[in-house]
Amino acid sequence: MVMTLVGSPSNAQNAGLRGKVEIDGSSTVFPITEAAAAQFNKRYPNVTVNVGVSGTGGGFKRFTKGETDISDASRPIKASEFEATKAANLPFFEIPVAYDGLTLVIHKENDWVDYLTLDEIKKIFTTEGNAKTWSQVRTGWPDTEIQIFAPGTDSGTFDYFKEVVAGKSGSLREDMSTSEDDNVLVTGVSGSPNAIGFFGVAYYTENKDKLNSVPVLNPELSEPVSSTPEAIENGSYSPFSRPLFIYVNAKSFSRPEVRQFVGFYLASAAKLAPSTGYVALPASVYQEARKRCLGRLTGTHYLTKSMEKRTGSVTDVYQTKNLIK
Amino acid sequence: MSDSASNDTLTSQESPSPAERATLVGGRRRMSTDRWFQRLCIATAAASVMVLVFLLASILVEGIPALTSTLVLGTPEPNPDEAGMWPAITGTLWVCSLCALISLPLGIGTAVLLEEFKPRSKFALRAYQLIQLNISNLAGVPSVVYGILGLTAFVSMFSLFDQVREPGAAAYEIGATYYDQFSNLASDPFLSMGSEEVAERYFFVPVNARTDAPTIPKPGMQALEYVDNVLVPVEVTVTDPFDAPAEPEALSYAIDINAVPGRISEKNWYYFRLPFGRGVLAGALTLMLVILPVVIISAQEALRAVPSSLRDGALGIGATPWQVVWNVTLPASIPGIMTGSILAMSRAIGETAPILIIAGIVYIRNSPHHLMDSYTVMPLQIYNWTSRPQEEFHQIAAGGIILLLAILMTFNAVAVLIRHRMHKQQV
Repeated sequence: MVMTLVGSPSNAQNAGLRGKVEIDGSSTVFPITEAAAAQFNKRYPNVTVNVGVSGTGGGFKRFTKGETDISDASRPIKASEFEATKAANLPFFEIPVAYDGLTLVIHKENDWVDYLTLDEIKKIFTTEGNAKTWSQVRTGWPDTEIQIFAPGTDSGTFDYFKEVVAGKSGSLREDMSTSEDDNVLVTGVSGSPNAIGFFGVAYYTENKDKLNSVPVLNPELSEPVSSTPEAIENGSYSPFSRPLFIYVNAKSFSRPEVRQFVGFYLASAAKLAPSTGYVALPASVYQEARKRCLGRLTGTHYLTKSMEKRTGSVTDVYQTKNLIK
Repeated sequence: MSDSASNDTLTSQESPSPAERATLVGGRRRMSTDRWFQRLCIATAAASVMVLVFLLASILVEGIPALTSTLVLGTPEPNPDEAGMWPAITGTLWVCSLCALISLPLGIGTAVLLEEFKPRSKFALRAYQLIQLNISNLAGVPSVVYGILGLTAFVSMFSLFDQVREPGAAAYEIGATYYDQFSNLASDPFLSMGSEEVAERYFFVPVNARTDAPTIPKPGMQALEYVDNVLVPVEVTVTDPFDAPAEPEALSYAIDINAVPGRISEKNWYYFRLPFGRGVLAGALTLMLVILPVVIISAQEALRAVPSSLRDGALGIGATPWQVVWNVTLPASIPGIMTGSILAMSRAIGETAPILIIAGIVYIRNSPHHLMDSYTVMPLQIYNWTSRPQEEFHQIAAGGIILLLAILMTFNAVAVLIRHRMHKQQV
């Protein structure tokens, strides 16, 4: 008998499969998971898939209690959460599903910002930088007050931006207008010529007529790069492109309905990511993820043995040699 | 009109004495103050109406084109054109009806105790005062706090029933049948077997309890399969994958001898478990906490408004306190109680924060089938749609708001009808 790895699922409907898949977690990953669940339910109408939006941290809280089968995450698992899975004896598969590009946006009438360097972004967003006016960011820019709009502090988006811009010990300034609802940020930035804000690339793509995106200077290429799908995929939109994950409870994975769902998700993620405003990962990453599930290789790639965070592009980090249990 | 007329007669009087003039000037000032006050009242009333009209107009303009049968009867989909909110509508109906069924008797009962059965001892008086103080305080607690309380009190029930190995799992339940689900050799999504198309099949083996050890596949094992949604016995071949039958039809009935099944359950409409878990009942009880203070306080006001002569009369002809409450005071106060209940239910139907904490699901295709079933509610679905980047989702969210208002008005209409009936009976 010949067994081969499969890439795409067939489309025949199967009413025989039963069961329930409980998913919770990041609202950023939600649209992809929802799309996967909706398509999956067309094929397996009798499997109940419930998807919640408790946020990345809230999702992991339920995941580490064994309440959910899959956790959506817009950042890799944290050391404390990883310890919790170990304490609860819950091995898991770490599966990247798509890229998101954090996009900095400004008002349409803002004609002075051509691009920003990471240092300038630090000046605007961190407590240490604390720039009050645009002229404090770069000489020659107008002496008008900057208004900053940022996602809510509970979101994985905020966490990721904070880590890139302020580092582990630093903090983002507190006099920003924050909202859990990114549409509020869109309205905020499009309402003031002196405003700047950031959120996932999907919100920029839908509001291109109201906002301009700010290219970010890539430190290695020393040239400004915009958050286009190509730049996000080839890694040149650095350091603001980030992978999105699903974490699968390995015990649940032995249930046929969960196994089918994860297989379906992986096979269709490359198609679903662009349809929901995200960017597909390289095919090799999905192939790697398939190997994790098939070989029952549990654990995370984003922590080292000493529980330090591992950073880098997905293709570099997501390798078997980096896997720790 | 009469105000200005009397003003005119005052001013047209001839040569008033200084003392009279003083009262007249004072009178004119009084009258103008009165006019200004009236205008102020009109302005404040108009302001609230204006806000409502503006809100309704903007929602109607955006939402009416989105009001389609898909929106009402459909399930949530990633494509806004196909998305609907039937699971959320039924979820809201389940949770709010349950909430009304539980909280109205509880609330009215408490109000009857506090108003109709006055304390007789000093100790009882203190207890009454404590209850009263608590109710007034609880009315001001933010609903998100009730969500957290509901999570502890109803969802996990203070972890009283927790087993060490599986926190949160049902410790006691009735109405569930458990099966072990096996997949056949052909259905692994990560592997394909050769080039032939082999049908995916799933087989079910009944197990006695949720906690039983997984079924180990044995040759000659009794198994069931779903055919047109009915479980029918089927003959399966338990085999080593490398000895599997080659013929596709026979292969589709083959189970790996080392296969590990997944436990699934079929639940009856009367399914009940302890702790409650994140089901409809826990949601309804949490909303009950939110609205109970409102129900109690308004019912108390309504009972207080019943003239004491009615009570005294009934007691005078020898009625027991129970007969007085049931035949005299309660019927007389029903209109007032209904008004309070309308306000309370309007609050319950629109609550998002506590439900977000204790249910939190936004993608769900099924309506609840039993008290412990997963659910979502309309405000949660609307909130999720408004936070999407795509403009089309904002439009169907507006359509959802119109639906929510329609359901709210239906609820209220029923209450108004009851109030009207009771009123007529009394007159």
